[in-house]
Amino acid sequence: MRRALRLPQRLAMLALPALLGGCDMVVMNPTGDIAVQQRDLILFSTGVMLLIIVPVMVLTVVFARKYRRGNANKTYDPSFTHSTTLELVIWSCPLLIIIALSAVTWTSTHLLDPFRPLERISPGRPVPAGTKPLEIQAVALDWKWLFIYPEQGIATVNELALPVDVPVRFSITSNDQFNTFYVPTLAGMIYAMPGMRSELNAVLNKPGTSEGYSANYSGAGYSNMRFKMHGQSPADFARWVAGVKAQGGSLPTERFVALAKPSEKVPVMRFAAVQPQLFDRIVNRCVEAGKPCMMDVMTRDMARAGGNPHDHRMGAGMPPGRGAAPIMGEKPTPALQKAPEDKGSGPNVTKPAKPGKAPGQLKPGDQRNRDLSALPSFLRGAAGAVRA
Amino acid sequence: MSDSILKTIFGRLTFESFPIHEPILFGTFIVVSLLGLGIVGVVTRYRLWGYLWSEWFTSVDHKKVGIMYIILGIVMLLRGFADALMMRAQQAIAFGANEGYLPPHHYDQIFTAHGTIMIFFVAIPLVVGIINYVMPLQIGARDVAFPFLNNLSFWLTVAGAVLVMISLFVGEFARTGWLSYAPLAGLQYSPDTGVDYYLWALQIAGVGTTLSAINMVATVVKMRAPGMTMMKMPVFVWTALCSNVLAIAIFPALTAAFFLLMLDRYIGTAFFTNDLGGAPMMYWNMVWIWGHPEVYVLILPAFGMYSEITSTFSGKPLFGYSSMVYATVVITILSYLVWLHHFFTMGAGPSVNSFFGIATMVISIPTGAKVFNWLFTMYKGDVRFELPMMWVVAFMLTFVVGGMTGVLLAIPPADFVFHNSLFLVAHFHNTIIGGVVFGLFAAMVYWFPKAFGFKLDEFWGKVAFWGWVIGYWVAWTPIYIVGLMGEPRRVNHFDDPSIQPYFVIAAIGALIILVGILGFVMSILVGFLKREQLRDTTGDPWNGRTLEWSTSSPPPAYNFAITPVVHALDAWHDMKARGYERPRDGFRPVHMPRNTGTGVILSGLALALGFGMVWYMWWLAALSFAGLLAVAIGHTFNLNRDYFIPADEVSRTESQRQQLLLGAGA
Repeated sequence: MRRALRLPQRLAMLALPALLGGCDMVVMNPTGDIAVQQRDLILFSTGVMLLIIVPVMVLTVVFARKYRRGNANKTYDPSFTHSTTLELVIWSCPLLIIIALSAVTWTSTHLLDPFRPLERISPGRPVPAGTKPLEIQAVALDWKWLFIYPEQGIATVNELALPVDVPVRFSITSNDQFNTFYVPTLAGMIYAMPGMRSELNAVLNKPGTSEGYSANYSGAGYSNMRFKMHGQSPADFARWVAGVKAQGGSLPTERFVALAKPSEKVPVMRFAAVQPQLFDRIVNRCVEAGKPCMMDVMTRDMARAGGNPHDHRMGAGMPPGRGAAPIMGEKPTPALQKAPEDKGSGPNVTKPAKPGKAPGQLKPGDQRNRDLSALPSFLRGAAGAVRA
Repeated sequence: MSDSILKTIFGRLTFESFPIHEPILFGTFIVVSLLGLGIVGVVTRYRLWGYLWSEWFTSVDHKKVGIMYIILGIVMLLRGFADALMMRAQQAIAFGANEGYLPPHHYDQIFTAHGTIMIFFVAIPLVVGIINYVMPLQIGARDVAFPFLNNLSFWLTVAGAVLVMISLFVGEFARTGWLSYAPLAGLQYSPDTGVDYYLWALQIAGVGTTLSAINMVATVVKMRAPGMTMMKMPVFVWTALCSNVLAIAIFPALTAAFFLLMLDRYIGTAFFTNDLGGAPMMYWNMVWIWGHPEVYVLILPAFGMYSEITSTFSGKPLFGYSSMVYATVVITILSYLVWLHHFFTMGAGPSVNSFFGIATMVISIPTGAKVFNWLFTMYKGDVRFELPMMWVVAFMLTFVVGGMTGVLLAIPPADFVFHNSLFLVAHFHNTIIGGVVFGLFAAMVYWFPKAFGFKLDEFWGKVAFWGWVIGYWVAWTPIYIVGLMGEPRRVNHFDDPSIQPYFVIAAIGALIILVGILGFVMSILVGFLKREQLRDTTGDPWNGRTLEWSTSSPPPAYNFAITPVVHALDAWHDMKARGYERPRDGFRPVHMPRNTGTGVILSGLALALGFGMVWYMWWLAALSFAGLLAVAIGHTFNLNRDYFIPADEVSRTESQRQQLLLGAGA
């Protein structure tokens, strides 16, 4: 396979304009094995497609020049409107290209499936048998990233550290909006979605600091929902973990709830201790005390629907009816049920008037939530100190 | 008056809702108001209101409705492009310590409005307008199947556009992206007026688009001239048919998605909420079941336009007509099967992802065949490089690149890297500008003399052409590159100063495109001033091949005095080749639909309904809804719907035309 890749890849390399050479194109020059394979796939398929795109562009120019009216030296044959041979070629050329690409697509989609445990650390270096990947849980909050290291018992905000050449398994979810977890140099992006857990298996091959993003627009603070990813040697990583532990500070429920309130440009934060089940409770939307976990609600409802938790009849897994208390926060009052004086105002302002007043999840649907730029109070001192 | 009564009357409309304190918006507001007052003043000064009302606004003539659609599209293009310029300026300066001049609350509205307006109020009206104008003429019909419905569809689209424009100055527009994804667009996270404006504007306009699609399909199926079998229809008619069949099938999905989101916001259901068992992902699926076929709704007619123009200017019938038709039909069917490629990264699993990825790539086979067909239409042709043909060649060179990056994005593991990056944004602008917009400009230049009787000014037409083509490449090549650097879309501020040059180049490109847009406006103005020089008296200025060129420019209200009989594919070329003689007498009275103001009234009421719902003025919403029903039912009792153009008037019009033709030496 690899040999077959070479010619189209070279073609693609040549085709990429020279002006691209100077800049730091992280997608074309990644340091994680998954991203490297994705890059190779992009180059290969670009090369295969250029096999047809280049001739088409050349033919367009050639025909446009040759058959222009001013050119006396041409054959004009208005009866040339059909040719079975030519039409066979016309349909089969793209077909052959697409057959080739489809085969590559099928295999690569399965091999590079983000849920698939890694088989190699880098080309020619299989993952040693019995290696357990490093677990990292990534949570998108409005508008910062929380990373939990369950095995180390630590957590960070807007800072991700990874040991080099160690397979990592990310579990990804979100507390509010759909975001995508995206470190271009490590691997492709994966959606972080509330109430759902997605997964990404990846490995970094070179130490160094690089940029991480949320790539899916999620509201006012989205542009600054970025973090730095530090690739470290395993020894440095162990030292970093120990350093975080030594710093102290923890992330109990009430702090998490405060942290989850919308805030922008949040500095790096480190927590030496974190509740063991925090991630699962975020996915099940039951972080706050007294909220039922989605999993429990569903199990109970399935039981109610017929006593069998494996019953997949329609409606068997539905949460309680709309009279029930919402799982998280208050439910916003829908427009038609608002009393006249609760209608509020629909302002036309382009800047938040009173930053810091937004109640966020605690009072969903509140007008002040349009100015979501509160910083949790325990953070105010730290704000501006470190901007990672 | 107590607060409660005020709120009951005005809902959530307060003094805060007007941007008195926002310099950018207030300035825009003043300029727009002065412009509007100026237009109103001119119209009043020259006593044009009566003329406009009776000849245009209430007209059910497909030609006038088509022209009004195109005017709407061009006006909204100026608005949508102003948004584009503001975004480009922001991204060109907002680096490091510089926050730029647009705070997120403003910037987010702008990119949402840009996308919404460009698709729903620029691309759709322009495509529908050209289909409206050209398609009935090409099939030898006197009007569309349901002339009143056509007028109503247009005014409903206008009502949607007006609602979007109102949101610029009264309250705010959505800050949720052009598809207003849940859960961000839910009441919990977007409590203000923006998403409501978005939903009501698009619902009202969506009704118009759906009705128009039904109308066009009925027209193609039932109203073709005798002898025009399906396989003798011009390719543009085929693409119009497929595009509208698609639209009929997909718009209900969008309407349903928006309706459920409305229920979430207005009566507190939980279809797309994070909690209470809502499924935001369902919203994504539903809007993309509409959204992906929608790009084919737009590009198929553009393919038809390219086909007509290539064939005319190459002096040859289209190469491989039947394979072109089959390719169009195949694209129509396949486009339903690809929507999931808009969210490969949601973790659908490798088998599902592979299916949708491969289905997407398969579309490039018929599309590729089309490109080859245009190529071989030029082959052994006699190609005249007039403006429409220049647009075609620019399209072929630009669009294939967009097609290639599209196939790249269809490979799931590659999409993991590109999804939601600026690479993706560059890709769809590559296909929409290089595919749809170039086609629309080619079509407007090509059919303009048919509609108005004179050609557009060539110099300014070339300025428009080069402005768009060069501007496109200068603006979007750097965006492809920053996409490869991993930059995500919709960002209003960057940390890394090293990528600033790319955004500055992109902003320059946008300015070059501005030259192109202004060039097009100038080509109309200068063309109008020089109309006597540019006059076309033959009705066939390009040596055309299809039936629309057989009638006068502009065509009479009844299009064809005597319905043509079709014997061959390129009907008009065939008639010319066989020495066609225009009928001189034997005219009979022409049965015509009568103009009606009901469409304007219904759309006005729909606009009031939308405005009332956005601002929580329940009384206004209830009254206008009752009014809508009353007027709609009342209109069914209006039996005064048609009239006859007397035979001697037809005969007079036709003999005038004969004089013109003799004058032209035809």
